[in-house]
Amino acid sequence: MKLADTPIGCVSIVERVGGERSFRRRLMELGLVPGTRVRLVGVAPLGDPMQLLIRGCNLSIRRSEALCITVTQTESCRVQHLPSCATCACRTGANLPPRDGAADAA
Amino acid sequence: MTPATSAREGASSTSSVAESGATRPLLVLVGNPNTGKTTVFNALTGASARVGNYPGITVERRMGTLRLDGQLRSAGAPLTVDVMDAPGAYSLTARSAEEQIAIQATLGINDSPTPQLVVVVVDAGQLVRNLYLVVQLVELRVPVVLALNMMDEVEDNPPDPSAITRWLGVPCVPTNARLGTGIDELRRVIATALADPPLGQVDVPYPPALRRDAENVVEALPGKWRGDAKRDRALAIWALASIDEGVRLVGIPSELRRRCLAVQAEAGDRDLDAEIIAARYALIDRHAPELFEGAADQPPKRRTSRRIDRILLHPALGFLIFIGAMLVLFNALFSWSEPAIDLVQQGVAGLQRQTVAHLPDTWVRHLLAEGLIGGVGNVLAFLPQILLLFLFIGLLEDSGYMARVAFLMDRIMRAMGLHGRAFVPMLSALACAVPAILATRTMERRRDRLLTMMVIPLVTCSARLPVYTLIIAALVPPTLVFGWLPLQGCLMVGMYVFSFAATLLAATALGRTLIQARRVPLILELPPYRVPSARVTLALMWERTRVFVKEAGTVILVATVVLWALLSYPAPPSTSTAPPQPEVQSAQDRGADTPTPVGGHAASASSASDPHGVRHQRTAAIENSYAGRLGRALEPVLRPLGFDWKLGVGIIGAFAAREVFVSTLALVYGMDDDSDADPTPLQARIREERRADGSPRYTSLVGLSLLVFFALSCQCMSTLAVVRRETRGWGWPAFLFGYTTVLAWTASFIVYQGGRLLGL
Repeated sequence: MKLADTPIGCVSIVERVGGERSFRRRLMELGLVPGTRVRLVGVAPLGDPMQLLIRGCNLSIRRSEALCITVTQTESCRVQHLPSCATCACRTGANLPPRDGAADAA
Repeated sequence: MTPATSAREGASSTSSVAESGATRPLLVLVGNPNTGKTTVFNALTGASARVGNYPGITVERRMGTLRLDGQLRSAGAPLTVDVMDAPGAYSLTARSAEEQIAIQATLGINDSPTPQLVVVVVDAGQLVRNLYLVVQLVELRVPVVLALNMMDEVEDNPPDPSAITRWLGVPCVPTNARLGTGIDELRRVIATALADPPLGQVDVPYPPALRRDAENVVEALPGKWRGDAKRDRALAIWALASIDEGVRLVGIPSELRRRCLAVQAEAGDRDLDAEIIAARYALIDRHAPELFEGAADQPPKRRTSRRIDRILLHPALGFLIFIGAMLVLFNALFSWSEPAIDLVQQGVAGLQRQTVAHLPDTWVRHLLAEGLIGGVGNVLAFLPQILLLFLFIGLLEDSGYMARVAFLMDRIMRAMGLHGRAFVPMLSALACAVPAILATRTMERRRDRLLTMMVIPLVTCSARLPVYTLIIAALVPPTLVFGWLPLQGCLMVGMYVFSFAATLLAATALGRTLIQARRVPLILELPPYRVPSARVTLALMWERTRVFVKEAGTVILVATVVLWALLSYPAPPSTSTAPPQPEVQSAQDRGADTPTPVGGHAASASSASDPHGVRHQRTAAIENSYAGRLGRALEPVLRPLGFDWKLGVGIIGAFAAREVFVSTLALVYGMDDDSDADPTPLQARIREERRADGSPRYTSLVGLSLLVFFALSCQCMSTLAVVRRETRGWGWPAFLFGYTTVLAWTASFIVYQGGRLLGL
C-alpha cells in the first residue's frame, strides 16, 4: 500500500521510503524511517500536496512523492474519526468506511 | 589513529583559550529551520537579524558579536566572541553546496574558520527530530551547547534538560528566546564551555557491515579533516551519506569521492542511507522516554494548531480566508501606501523648492535639486511599500501562515516551475517589483529565488499604469466592441492578461534552460501557529529597509544623478540659463488615477514668467542633451518598432521610473508641467504629431507596439539595483535587462511589422 492511497485520517506504519536518493534521505532524516507511524492529515484544497503528521511534526509532500512511500495500514484506517476532512477524502477517491467515534490516533 | 591526528585533537580542545589572545573565538549557531535560531542569535548578539516562523528563513551568513562581560572572566573565558548564524538545517548531510555550509561551518573545514563552540538551538516541541542534528554533531566530536528553545510551548510536559545532559554529556539550557528568558544562563554556560569545551559522547548502533564500510572510507579522508577515531568514523559516514554521483559538493578530494562511490556500489542491495539514519533514530527513540518528565509525545499547543489548520486549510473556507488575506495585502501595497508615498514626494518637492530658492542659479543648484535630492526621493518613495510588505511578511511568517500559503498555492505555482512560496512576491509585484524582489528571501533555495527575481519584472506593476493610460487614451480610438464593450478598457485588461502569460512563459522557459536545477521534491514543514511577535516583525521590517536603503539605495541615487545629467547636458548653446528640469526625480508607483510625478515644480517656479519661450527652449535643450542624442542614435533600432527618437528619449527617461515616461514625453513636446496633472493636452499632442507627408506619426499600431514594449522590458533602474543587491553582482541584473530588452524588442517588432503586413 502506498502512503498516497491511504484514506485521510489514517495512521500507517512506514515500510520503505523510495524515490530519488536526496528526497528519500531527507524524508528519513525528518523521522520517516521504516517503522515510524505516519498519519495522513489532509490534502490541500487543489488536491496536492498532502499533509502528514510524523513524530508530532506537520510535513507536506506532493502526491507523486507520497506514491514512493510504502506503508502498512493500522486499525485506524478502518475505524475512522474525521471531523472536517470528509470532503477531501471523497476527492481522493478513498472509500470512506462508516464513521465511528474511534480514537484520534497519531 | 596516526600520531598527527591525535595531536590535532589535543590542539583543538585547548585552542579556545590559546587563541583568544590573537583572534576572537568563533561560535556557530546551528539548528533546524523554524526553531527560533535567529531569535536566539538576536538575543545573544543584540543585533536585529531577520526572524520569522518559517522554515529556511536564514539564507545568508549572519555574524554578530557576543559580549561575555563579567561572566567568568577568571575561568579564562574571553570577553567577546564572534557569533555566526549558520543556515537552518535538519541534518549535516549535504545534497548541495548550499547545504554543505552547515558541516563546513561546524567543523571548520574547507577554509571555514574553526569554531570554538557550536550552539544548537533545539525546538523543545520537536525534541526527537531536533536531536537528530545534535547526535550528528556529538558524533563528530564538536564541542556543543544545546539551547532548548520554545520551552513555553511545552509547559505541561517539558523535556528534562538535565536528562539530555546526562545522556549526551553536553550542557543543555532551557530558553524562550522570544521573551528573552534563559538567555543569561545560556551566556554563562557558553562562557564556561569556551573555557572547557564540552565534547559529548554517543554510540550510534550502526550495523557491523556499515562500520566496515566506514573504516574503508576513513582511509580516504584528507589529513586536514581528521581528528580522533570517532570523529573520523562520523566524517566517513557523513561522506557516505552525502557524496553522490549527481551531487556537486565543494572541496571534496577526488580520492574520497571515488572511495565513497566504490563503497556505495559494493553495498549492492543494502540501503546505506536507511542504515545510517535508522540507526541514529533507533538510538534517539531508545533514549526518548527518559528525556520527558511525562509520557505524552504530543504537546497540546500542536493540537490547537491542528484545529486552526482544519479551518485555514479547509478546501472551501480555507481558500476564501486565503484570498481575503491576500486581497488585504495587495490593497495595502497598491492603495494604502499611496498617502505615504505622496507625503514623501511632497517633502522632496518642498526641499527642491527650498534649494532653488536659496541657491544661486548654477549647475550645482540643479545637481543638488534635481539630481541628488531627486535621487534621495526616488529611494525614499519605495519605503512605504517595503515597510508595509515586510510588516505583512513578518506577520505571515511569524504566525506560521506563510508555510500554509506555500501549501495552498503549490499546485498553481508549480505549474509555472516556481516554488509555492513565490506567491507572495509575485502578488506584491503587481504593486511594485522592488519590494517584491526583496521578498524573494522567503524562499530557501537560490535557484527558486533567482527564477522568481528574473520573472517579477514582467508582472504589470502599478508604475506602468500611467504609461498605459497615456498610450491607450492617446492612440486607441474610444470605440465600443460589439457595440457595448469599450475597446480602451479591454486593452487595459488585455495588458494584464498579456503580462501574466508572458510571466508564465518566461518562468517556464527560464526554469527549464538557464536557471534549471535538479528537480527537488517539495518537503514543506507546516510549523505550529504562534502569536506573531511585534519585536520580531519590527526587527524584520527594520533590517530589510536598512539593507535596501544602504545597498540598493546608493545605486538608485547614482543612477538618478546620471539620468539627470543625460537629460540636462550639454546645456543648449543658445541660452544662458540653466539646463531644463527633467523630471527624473519622480518616484515609482502611483496608481492610474494620480499620474503626477513631483518633479517639475522647481522648474515651473523659474519658468512661469515666459511659458512659451521657456517651452521651446526646453524642447531644444532636451533634443540637444545626451539623452536626446542617444534617442536619435537609437532611432535606427527603434524605427522597426514604429518609434521615433522622441519616444526613444521617453524610454530612456523611464529608467528613473516607468511613469516618468509621461513627464519626459511632455518635456520633449514642450508641454507645460501641468500636463502631468491633466494629461489630455499631451494625449492630443501625441495624436496630432504628423510625419512630413501629413500622415499621423503615431498610429494605434504604434501604440500597441509601445504597450507591448513597456509590458516586457525591464525599464527600471531601481529593479535592477535591487536585483544586484539580492544576487550580489552585476551579472544577473545585466542578464535580466538583456533578456527583457530583447524580448520586448522582438515582441514589439512582431506586433508592428505584423500589423503593417496586415494593413493596420
